Amino acid sequence: MNITLDLNTIWFALVGILFTGYAVLDGFDLGVGALHLFTKTDEERRLFLNAIGPVWDGNEVWLVTGGGALFAAFPRAYATVFSGFYMAFMIFLFGLIFRAVAIEFRSKQPMRWWRQTWDISFSISSILSSFVVGVALGNIIWGIPLNAEQEFAGSFWGLFHPYSILIGITTVALFMMHGAIYIVLKTEGELHNKIRNWVNNTIIFFIICYVTTTMVTLIFIPQMVQYFKQYPYLFVIPFLNMLAIANIPREIIHGRDFFAFLSSCAAMIALMTIFGIGLYPNLVYSNPFPEHSLTLYNAASSAKTLKIMLIIAIIGVPLVISYTASIYWIFRGKVKLDAMSY
Amino acid sequence: MDVLLLSRIQFGLTIAFHYIFPPMSIGLSIILIIMEGAYLKTKNELYHQMTRFWVKIFGLIFALGVASGIVMEFQFGTNWATYSRFVGDVFGSALAAEGIFAFFLESGFLAILLFGWNKVKPRTHFISTILVSFGAHFSAVWIVVANSWQQTPAGHHIVGEGLTARAEIVNFWQIVFNPSTIDRLSHVLCGAWQAGAFFVLSVSAYYLLKKKHIDFAQRSFKIALVVAAISSVLQLVSGHHSAIVVEKHQPAKLAAYEAHYPEYEAAPYHLIGWVDEKNEKVYGISIPGLLSFLLSGDPDKQVQGLRAFPPENRPPVNIVFQTYHGMVIIGVGLILLSWLGLFLWRRKKLFDYKWLLWIFVLSVLGPQFANQLGWFSAEIGRQPFIVYNLLRTSDAFSKTVSVSEVITSLVFFGIIYVLLIALFIYLLNDKIQHGPVNDQLKKGHLA
Repeated sequence: MNITLDLNTIWFALVGILFTGYAVLDGFDLGVGALHLFTKTDEERRLFLNAIGPVWDGNEVWLVTGGGALFAAFPRAYATVFSGFYMAFMIFLFGLIFRAVAIEFRSKQPMRWWRQTWDISFSISSILSSFVVGVALGNIIWGIPLNAEQEFAGSFWGLFHPYSILIGITTVALFMMHGAIYIVLKTEGELHNKIRNWVNNTIIFFIICYVTTTMVTLIFIPQMVQYFKQYPYLFVIPFLNMLAIANIPREIIHGRDFFAFLSSCAAMIALMTIFGIGLYPNLVYSNPFPEHSLTLYNAASSAKTLKIMLIIAIIGVPLVISYTASIYWIFRGKVKLDAMSY
Repeated sequence: MDVLLLSRIQFGLTIAFHYIFPPMSIGLSIILIIMEGAYLKTKNELYHQMTRFWVKIFGLIFALGVASGIVMEFQFGTNWATYSRFVGDVFGSALAAEGIFAFFLESGFLAILLFGWNKVKPRTHFISTILVSFGAHFSAVWIVVANSWQQTPAGHHIVGEGLTARAEIVNFWQIVFNPSTIDRLSHVLCGAWQAGAFFVLSVSAYYLLKKKHIDFAQRSFKIALVVAAISSVLQLVSGHHSAIVVEKHQPAKLAAYEAHYPEYEAAPYHLIGWVDEKNEKVYGISIPGLLSFLLSGDPDKQVQGLRAFPPENRPPVNIVFQTYHGMVIIGVGLILLSWLGLFLWRRKKLFDYKWLLWIFVLSVLGPQFANQLGWFSAEIGRQPFIVYNLLRTSDAFSKTVSVSEVITSLVFFGIIYVLLIALFIYLLNDKIQHGPVNDQLKKGHLA
């Protein structure tokens, strides 16, 4: 099959961009949460929280919009995945809400036990949310059982198999790496130097996961590599991905924290692109019965709806990107604690 | 209990919880614009202080709105898969517009409102406030468009049959401006302005009673009172228009509002009552012919009653009746209260009566209850359909989800919402007790 640039493909890409935006942005929030318990003093933990303080709820908006775009462009896939992954998504939601509650509650009382409780809640809910998202992603790559009506025919515990768990752990590792670099970018002094040393550990942890995932995928999931075999030039993307990851320690050593962060973002974008190309033209691959798969054609809204939404996106997305970038620009620089902080 | 009933309870719970917050932030955003505009114009530091204080409260309300809003959106897919397949094509454009034009605008510029006081120029900050308000209003527009289409579908055609049938778009503008959009949108927005205005009135009245921040509280109170008085009257007008649209397009719902059973007869309007659904009777105080008169100007006009519809197409009557009348009674009360305030203001006695200030403290609950009750009557009045006359609620839920899964999530939502509301009240109280201090002068530097 060839890749054709029709409306459905464009929307496949746009939904992908929104979820990629969510991964890149909330990814560092979740990663900071996953690393939270590794730092010990109250001041350091406050710096962690305040580094993500102004942005985490705005970052969640990418998830809302990504979910909305999936609903709008591919309602059948949205309905099947969200009802099929019922408990998994509920756990994800509870994790996200709990994280918000923990961030807000923690700073309200000075008692050690109080702060410790919310620190643990914050960290566990961040790790749990990242892991469950990874597991869901792993299931989409591996394929889930769909019946002839294209409804989910598996069970909740069936979602947890070695491959999906591996992707779950890889996602946590990726977010930890991304979060560590973000903290380096946003802090100074002693904490800054301490976290700099962490970055290498998180990179090693991620690379171990990534290499394992890649090998398992190449061996066990032939449909994911079909396009890469057909169009070998696509291998440029995994290559760029490796370059971006390798570039991170180099930038960190030279003290160019911002470029390290950009490299990490680029690596995540490349990963999502690889995932997208591997999945194409399926949205939900049915395993075992591939003929029941939800594709970007049989799951899509009508051409008219896709066209109208495209007009909306062409007007809206450049606006969103430009003011999001300017807002991040306004809030560039290091975090400082004051009376307004968490 | 079956999956259908549990999913309905869960959806009702999550949407009712979510709907505590967005109306307040929409209403508050209008008041923020007025306050900050006054600051830019007069350079009076008091207005600056007011804006800063209410922005902080706005941020808190918005955060709760996001947290509860994500749940809402996921629920369409998790619990209402058949519905999602049916409406996806029609809802698509509205949702895309909502996400791209509204959510990003509101959340992005909110960061500047909250944390950007020392990072951008005052004028840029003011523009951000306007954009946040615009985003908040825009999010109401698109979600009400989608919901109104469920009430009065238009601009679509049905493709396929049975459970795989779906509505497909024919005319975008007919979907956006379906027969009930404008009236329902104005009703929702007026309700939101009321929610924001009475909230500010409540907090300000509390300060006045405690003799704290007097200048600040009086000025906030007056601004909010004007917004409250105007929106309460507009609400009456839009409510009246909404009822006429309901009569025309959803006659069974209108009949349920008044528990009007006779097939075709002039209809009374009840001030208060109780419906005996079994014997199809209403006990209460009513004014004969008033509903007919309100709808058409003619007290003898025949109104289609519930018996004109087969029993399986009628909504549950008493709950619709009670929620609808509860909303109307509160709405009238809010008009009286806000105009009494204006009257006393003219007589320069606005802040003289302690009992009145106490009523204003409690008045924050008025729009909250009216908004909730109004939505309950609108949504339950549409039953047994989820999309009016096109898709039954009993066909629309997710077939792959089990009873135990929904019970588990429902219990979790229960726990988490108790936590969230406790958090909200705690933080709100904290900010209110802390009061409007001039952070800028005190702290010197802001993160």
